[in-house]
Amino acid sequence: MNTVIHPPVIEIEKLWTRFGDHVVHQDLDLSVNQGEILALIGGSGSGKTTLLRQVIGLETPASGSVRVFGQDVGHANSEQMQALRHRWGMLFQHGALFSALTVFDNVALPMRELRSLPEDLIRDAVLQKLHMVGLSPANAQKMPADLSGGMVKRVSLARAIALEPELLFLDEPTAGLDPHLSDSFVELIQSLHQAMRLTVVMVTHDLDTIFALATQIAVLADRRVVVKDTPDKVVTFAHPFIEQYFLGDRGRRALAGMRATGGGSSST
Amino acid sequence: MPHLEPDMPRLNISNGTSVTASGCWQVHALALPDVMPALMQQIGSLPEPAEASWDLTGIEALDHIGAQWFWNIWKKKRPRQLALALMQEGHFRRIEQAGELVLPAERRRALSLAQVWHWAARLVHHLFGLTMLIGQLMLDIAQFARQPQRGPWKEISANVFHAGYRALGITALVGFLIGIVLSYLSSQQLHTFGGDIFIVNILGMSIIRELGPLLAAILVAGRSGSSITAQIGVMRVTEELDAMLVMGLPHGFRLIMPKVIALALAMPLLVIWTDAMALLGGMAAAHIELGLSPVYFLQKLPSAVPLANFWIGLGKGLVFGTVIALIACHFGLRIRPNTESLGHGTTISVVTSITLVILADAVFAIVFSGVGFR
Repeated sequence: MNTVIHPPVIEIEKLWTRFGDHVVHQDLDLSVNQGEILALIGGSGSGKTTLLRQVIGLETPASGSVRVFGQDVGHANSEQMQALRHRWGMLFQHGALFSALTVFDNVALPMRELRSLPEDLIRDAVLQKLHMVGLSPANAQKMPADLSGGMVKRVSLARAIALEPELLFLDEPTAGLDPHLSDSFVELIQSLHQAMRLTVVMVTHDLDTIFALATQIAVLADRRVVVKDTPDKVVTFAHPFIEQYFLGDRGRRALAGMRATGGGSSST
Repeated sequence: MPHLEPDMPRLNISNGTSVTASGCWQVHALALPDVMPALMQQIGSLPEPAEASWDLTGIEALDHIGAQWFWNIWKKKRPRQLALALMQEGHFRRIEQAGELVLPAERRRALSLAQVWHWAARLVHHLFGLTMLIGQLMLDIAQFARQPQRGPWKEISANVFHAGYRALGITALVGFLIGIVLSYLSSQQLHTFGGDIFIVNILGMSIIRELGPLLAAILVAGRSGSSITAQIGVMRVTEELDAMLVMGLPHGFRLIMPKVIALALAMPLLVIWTDAMALLGGMAAAHIELGLSPVYFLQKLPSAVPLANFWIGLGKGLVFGTVIALIACHFGLRIRPNTESLGHGTTISVVTSITLVILADAVFAIVFSGVGFR
């Protein structure tokens, strides 16, 4: 198996996005390989979340193609799209848990939707998934409204990985979490990445998260991806946005932290 | 044994105690039709985990759900002998380390004394909250009367527009139709007894005293009551209510009082409008069915219906409007920030306000039983 060269998991070519007269993406190209943890960064309004939504088919670009697992998202029929949806999971910024369902039912929903797994297997698998994200069975019967922000993120992550996806999208995974919770969330994603051989695409502003987690960084500026490379190469890339982003006070602190721990190693 | 594709999950049992698994043990393979039933059939013939040897090294791909399936078959402990690939070991170690995970038992939902007590407590809680709301409303109105120039005039006017003007169409339609229905029904009965001309008394009294206010109130409760509850509820969800408090804009004065005043103003006007439309419908039907001319109808109306009934109808409109607005605000403020609570709160608000409107109508009927008849 190792000799096989995998095609890119995500391939974006010549993508254009327009909101009225406002052009957000212009001839944007990006490819994500298997096993990468890609951080998508860019200024506010640079269209990071829009790009993510286009990849998972929630929005359609004005022109250009998005292929995930070799399947063109814009031209997939409903069956192909459903097959794709089983292969990816998404963690929304605010969790997007179904507020009418308990924590347990939220995580069980994707498994129950397959309509063939026995209920006792679902029960054990859900509790196992909750355990993986650090939640005890005592939390399973709670309603999403009774959870703290960090717990909502964890439950949402458990739901995103419920069907063992190969590709995980994270929208601002650590926004709104305190530093300690962010760290443990980063560790959690790292361990899941190893345990499940995931490809991860995340949109985040948190420099610590980027340097602790990302094996690749794609910088969205000037309406396109200006560079996509390993973190240590990206920070030395000459571009005004990158200098401003990484070489401010916060950036330097996070960078020093990365070099000290040796995190953010290049991908295989 | 049914024929299975090469990468389907398969179990092979040899000499009674050794089991080899092969194929793809991932959730999507397990979820394929017929896979689970076929595996379930095999479970019966599997050896006891304590004396069996299992070999999973032939498996192409295993994920956590597949691993969990094995773990459940093994009665949550490793079998006597187990051959695993390196990647698989990780899955099972993870499950093993998690230990026994048991879902806490769900609370019983049977009818018990505690449940009844709970309901009673909720009722008291609502009555208490409603009383507080009315008290706050009185204070707000007193403040408004002291400083009318600082009052929420714009909000009141906007609410009159939404609850009153926008309701003209639907109240006219429903009023007109009910007038026709009532007129047809009564005229048939009256005709049998030769009392055709009493149609004016029946229609006039019932519509002006009872049906007009009640119809308008039920329509407004459905229209404006639900929208007020949902609006306040969404403001809770989006933290707008908290933002108002932080900026020093009290809910009572800026949110609740304008809605109550607006509905108390708009409802009597809607009552007159609904009365007129229903009488128009009744008049038209009487003309067709009994040949009663509209001119005669209008001439007879003042003597058939004493003026007191009209004032009672207007008073009802005022009270019903106030009740609807208060109930809608009360339940709107109690919505918790989740979707289910929003739907539930809106439903219960409309049901309660319609019930209370009918209750208030009964009170009116008893209190004014000696007024307006001749």
